[in-house]
Amino acid sequence: MIERHESVVVTTFVRVLVPLAQLFGLYVLVHGHESPGGGFQAGVILGASYILVALALGREALEERVNERACVALAAGGVLLYVATGAVGFAGTAFLDYAALPGPGSPVRARWLGILLIEIGVALAVAATLVLIFCRLAARDAET
Amino acid sequence: MRGHLPVLPLLLTLVGAMATPIVALVAPRAASGLAVGAAAAAALAALGGLADVLVAGPRRYALGGWPGPWGIELVLDPLSGFVGVVVAGVGTAALLAGAGGARRVYGDAAPTFHALALVALTGYLGIVASGDLFNVFVFLEIAAISSYALVASGGGPGLVAAFRYAVLGTVGASFYLLGVALLYALTGSLNMADLAARLPALAQSPLLTGGAALIVVGLAIKMALFPLHGWLPDAYTHAPSPVTALLPAVGTKAAAYALARILLSVLGGGDLPLAMLLAWTGAVAVVVGGVLAARQQDARRLLAYSSVSQMGYIAIGLGLAGTSALAGAYLHMLGHALAKGALFIGVGALLLAGRRPALAALGLGPRQPVLGACLVVAALSMVGVPPALGFFSKWYLLEGAVAAGQPGLVGAILLGSLLALVYMYRLTGAVWFGESGALPVAATPRPVLAVLVVLAVATLGLGLVSGPLVDRILIPAAVLTTAAAGP
Amino acid sequence: MTLLLALAPALLFGAGVYLLLQRDLLRDVAGMILASNAATLFVLATGLQRGRAPILPVPDGTTASDPLVQAMALTAIVISFGVATLLLSLVYAVWETHGTIDQEDLLAAQTRQEQALDREERPAP
Repeated sequence: MIERHESVVVTTFVRVLVPLAQLFGLYVLVHGHESPGGGFQAGVILGASYILVALALGREALEERVNERACVALAAGGVLLYVATGAVGFAGTAFLDYAALPGPGSPVRARWLGILLIEIGVALAVAATLVLIFCRLAARDAET
Repeated sequence: MRGHLPVLPLLLTLVGAMATPIVALVAPRAASGLAVGAAAAAALAALGGLADVLVAGPRRYALGGWPGPWGIELVLDPLSGFVGVVVAGVGTAALLAGAGGARRVYGDAAPTFHALALVALTGYLGIVASGDLFNVFVFLEIAAISSYALVASGGGPGLVAAFRYAVLGTVGASFYLLGVALLYALTGSLNMADLAARLPALAQSPLLTGGAALIVVGLAIKMALFPLHGWLPDAYTHAPSPVTALLPAVGTKAAAYALARILLSVLGGGDLPLAMLLAWTGAVAVVVGGVLAARQQDARRLLAYSSVSQMGYIAIGLGLAGTSALAGAYLHMLGHALAKGALFIGVGALLLAGRRPALAALGLGPRQPVLGACLVVAALSMVGVPPALGFFSKWYLLEGAVAAGQPGLVGAILLGSLLALVYMYRLTGAVWFGESGALPVAATPRPVLAVLVVLAVATLGLGLVSGPLVDRILIPAAVLTTAAAGP
Repeated sequence: MTLLLALAPALLFGAGVYLLLQRDLLRDVAGMILASNAATLFVLATGLQRGRAPILPVPDGTTASDPLVQAMALTAIVISFGVATLLLSLVYAVWETHGTIDQEDLLAAQTRQEQALDREERPAP
């Protein structure tokens, strides 16, 4: 059973840490094509921050923040965002050819935008899937 | 859009797989229709791809516009087009037949089954389309992980079966990955066409021998080639009926395709001693699988062991690597997918109607003549009686074995047919003449019957046109895989 | 370094296989994780080379490490993570439904069940 942790040190620390972790996750996400990082790593950090909430503050605290149906939609929607971004490439040479993305600027700029969209899709899918896996396994725990 | 045909089938199934759970949140009833529609669209795209190959020749599709060997390539040629149509077509039929059963087995969770099945199809279509060794690994695992979940989805003994399947499948995938890593260390390339051009110069390297052996063993586990078939009987026996309509028909074929493509056209395996070993392993699989199938009391386990036997035929064809042997192996992929799909769908329908899987309790008598007749047609194809497709595939395999001067393999193929006669008679005999019991038999749902009839008609009809099919598609496919191998 | 990278996957794989042969399902999962991580490490080892992060532009005179093996390793890690999650939840479900995660006990239960079914179904000789 996942319950709120007793220790004030743990709960306070988690309350401070979680927003910072999520901010760092976003940094890793948007900076992925300039430095080591990217969608998967960002998704893991974001997902882990929610799991940390559940471990330290209890399942109710997690359920206040996210909802399972939304997680299913986000996990599948992240992949759909990836496919949709890739499908823009049909207007250019091939699937995943981001240079065909509309918008101002050079093809380089369009590729930059394309990879960012892909990474956002990946991060959404990974974060939502991690939270879902945790929720489902923890829920079975609660039933028994 | 014609230029994008190589990527379309797997994109359509992927979009379907991801849209299904989202749609299910608001309209659960629409989800199964959406899933079948996505699979049907993928099948149409695959058919279009095959037609395009016949008209315009093979295509190499560079994802993102980055050409190989640096970019990731998809390949659409006679072989991948043909297997893509088999996988997507039979997969659509299985999903359609399984839709009603899925509602009964899973209840509210039925959309999850459809999403998982479409993810598995995406994996299989990806294996078929991929022109890159590492992507084959990724798609193998996409298909495998969803298959493990599908086998486990019924609970009960399926859980343990899925666990064993997952452990063995992962060991197979690890072997495959080790082999790919060795080839990468040797050449610095993962692109199949690039590797095929570079490897002949490195034929003496021990890295190539080791890499080839690891890849073949890994894929042999995935295609359940005897003696690496340990996961298959339990998985197919204990999986829920909607799942057994899909996995046995298409699951092992995609791995067999990957083996054909990599062993023959990348590694130049036609000349390796490995090829002869593969053919003889296949011969042993045909006989041992047949004997084990003939001894079973449970209809699903009988069909599962018959899959082990039938995959042996494909291995014989791949190992012989002659033109007609390969054409036979590829034709057998189609014939076995249609027949095994029909048999599992038929038996699954009986189980859903409240029957138990033991042969002695399957008796149906003449109460459902259409269902019974379709099972008989599929059984005839498995045995190899003309004009069913199974006859022609075995004929080409025999021709290949005779041309290669291998009387032992000829004997194994013929013995396998005799054994198939025994176990298929036990199954169809039990259905037609067995004790029907006091249970009233619920009528088979119409969509299931329709799919069975389509599969049975396709088994006979494609058998009748198998001449042109082989000449126009399979001989070019076979030449494609041997041309790179031989001088 | 090369020797170390040759030995490490071998050791990991050996340990993984040893664990896979155990009766306890949890140990099997651990063995599976070790075996697939051995393969991942081996992939990394095939393209090992010291260098900067492989992001253009690479300054003249410096080497970049091979990005492809890292991409492959990352993908393989994700896949083995997925399989491990699935296996662990399977073990959990097996424990809930069967009350044991010992292979021998599970096998014995299955055999008993099948024999009971056989006796019931087999027509009397």
